[in-house]
Amino acid sequence: MADAAAQQVFAPWNAPEAKPIIQFRNVTKRFGDFTAIDDLTLDIHEKEFFSLLGPSGCGKTTMMRMLAGFETPTEGTILLDGQDIAPVPPNKRAVNMMFQSYALFPHLSVWDNIAFGLRREGLDKDRIGNRVEEMLRLVQLGKFAQRKPHQISGGQRQRVALARSLAKAPKLLLLDEPLGALDKKLRQETQFELMDIQETTGTTFVIVTHDQEEAMTVSSRVAVMDHGKIVQVDTPDRIYEEPNSVYVADFLGDVNIIRGKASRKDMGADTDHVHIHFAEGQSPLWAATKRDLAEGTEVALAIRPEKVTITRDRPTDRNNAIRGKVHDIAYLGNISTYHVELPGGQIIKAQTANTRRVARRSFTWEDEVWLSFTDTAGAVLVD
Amino acid sequence: MRRLSWFNAVSLTLGFAFLYIPMLILIVYSFNGGKLVTVWAGFSTKWYGELFRNEAFLDAALNTLKVALLSSTFATVLGTMAAYTIVRGGRFFGRTLFSGMIYAPLVMPEVITGLSLLLLFIAIGLDRSIITIVLAHTTFSMCYVSVVVSSRLVTFDRSLEEAALDLGSTPFEAFRLVTLPIIAPAVISGWLLAFTLSLDDLVIASFTAGPSSTTLPIKIFSAVRLGVSPEINALSTILISIVAVGVITTSLMSKRAIMRRQKEEQEAI
Repeated sequence: MADAAAQQVFAPWNAPEAKPIIQFRNVTKRFGDFTAIDDLTLDIHEKEFFSLLGPSGCGKTTMMRMLAGFETPTEGTILLDGQDIAPVPPNKRAVNMMFQSYALFPHLSVWDNIAFGLRREGLDKDRIGNRVEEMLRLVQLGKFAQRKPHQISGGQRQRVALARSLAKAPKLLLLDEPLGALDKKLRQETQFELMDIQETTGTTFVIVTHDQEEAMTVSSRVAVMDHGKIVQVDTPDRIYEEPNSVYVADFLGDVNIIRGKASRKDMGADTDHVHIHFAEGQSPLWAATKRDLAEGTEVALAIRPEKVTITRDRPTDRNNAIRGKVHDIAYLGNISTYHVELPGGQIIKAQTANTRRVARRSFTWEDEVWLSFTDTAGAVLVD
Repeated sequence: MRRLSWFNAVSLTLGFAFLYIPMLILIVYSFNGGKLVTVWAGFSTKWYGELFRNEAFLDAALNTLKVALLSSTFATVLGTMAAYTIVRGGRFFGRTLFSGMIYAPLVMPEVITGLSLLLLFIAIGLDRSIITIVLAHTTFSMCYVSVVVSSRLVTFDRSLEEAALDLGSTPFEAFRLVTLPIIAPAVISGWLLAFTLSLDDLVIASFTAGPSSTTLPIKIFSAVRLGVSPEINALSTILISIVAVGVITTSLMSKRAIMRRQKEEQEAI
């Protein structure tokens, strides 16, 4: 049963025989003195929904513009289906892009916008008509075919842009902050629509975003970028639970970073765990790690607030327990985040689901509490 | 409607009087029955009749129209191309110099432009005719067109062109199918500006016109030197009305277009 499920998981990046659709090979892009992309190597596979995630200026848009053909790499090669695309101009690439501003042609109707790319291919009228109708059905905009872009709402414009970029059935669709201009509720709905459309059409999607929730929701894999380099590429759950650096842990979601010195002195033959001495007078934290750490290495334990349990009495079933005082409570409706101050002044965040009414919650400001977590709850990171 | 304060009312009246009293006098006297321009001798439209029988004036008017149509069209094509290259061409060699030089004729005294063109035409042995006026007018009005068009291109969302390329257009198709239709209003107003400039240019035309190719401004100017004839009043009145009708229609049309667009945008939300 478990094996069957594992086989159905879509993970071509783990299959050694799979041939990637896009390969960045040691790609560097400089604008004058500024290095936007720094010696980057990356494979993207067919039918992936791949996210480039990072703060503004990290080079994610430059990567996308190189794929579309609006920029050429300074060094290195980009292969699409095994072919170097550097000499191919944008209008000859089997790649389409959905622009952040949507870039809908204001003088053309929704119908003509979607038909624009098909007409450039010189297809006959009937085939263009059928394809446009198909696209309009896909994004549910049949009623608005004859409207101009300024006569429809922002969400509808976003769907026209998507339909237009999918109309030519590209091998690869690039989406530059596709949902950035929508409000939160519409954005969440549209994320699922995007995933449905990606599954229906089987197109490879590469999406650029600075919204980590969006990247986590839609992607098969996420690449976290910083200063022109890829820091980590992995599935959303692994990126979240097993970040490879403090940068990644900190960029995705909320995290407690506890810095200390690693020690294996009193552990005997146990090489799967490490003690982290993080403060004077506190017993060391016991954390699982596969890293080979020298005695006294500076490490950081990254632990998500929802994996820290808060109790009044010291729990007996957990390996790590720290005493502290409730400093602040952030009430978010469905969850509450407790900011607990340790004797040394450090703040640790613990999150609990509000399954009972808030009036009946067990802790309040200045309460003495225990924070606890298991040995596998956090990730041991070295910077 | 808000009532104007007395100060605003006075300034408004003074301003309008300053602008329009000369024209008003001209229009009124074009309907004067007498031969003397400054003495009122009853209402008559006889000078309009005289005007339409005066072939020299009609010829000059026709020449002016031909020159204006041709030169403004050439100027629009050249000016738009220049503007596109300056704004979109990236940082090619000599760009700063080129973009500075295209605007130089804006500040160049017309006398100098006219004289230098005259010298050029003599040097290359080109006989002065309508063609030389068209060339001269194209030269000086294309920089106005390029100013108007490039100020539109600067605010043009470049991703629209990129989208057209991305969807398979060649760069020229992207310009023809996307850029040009969107900047069309600026190109048209550039054309109108060039047309108007050519219509009322006296200085450059008088340098470059031949004996058989007089334009209306030259004709009026030389006629006035022999004394103002009521015919000229009539002619000027006709010109003023044409311009007034043109300006009022275009402004009404653009106002209605803006209002319709706003209404449609509100309906979309």
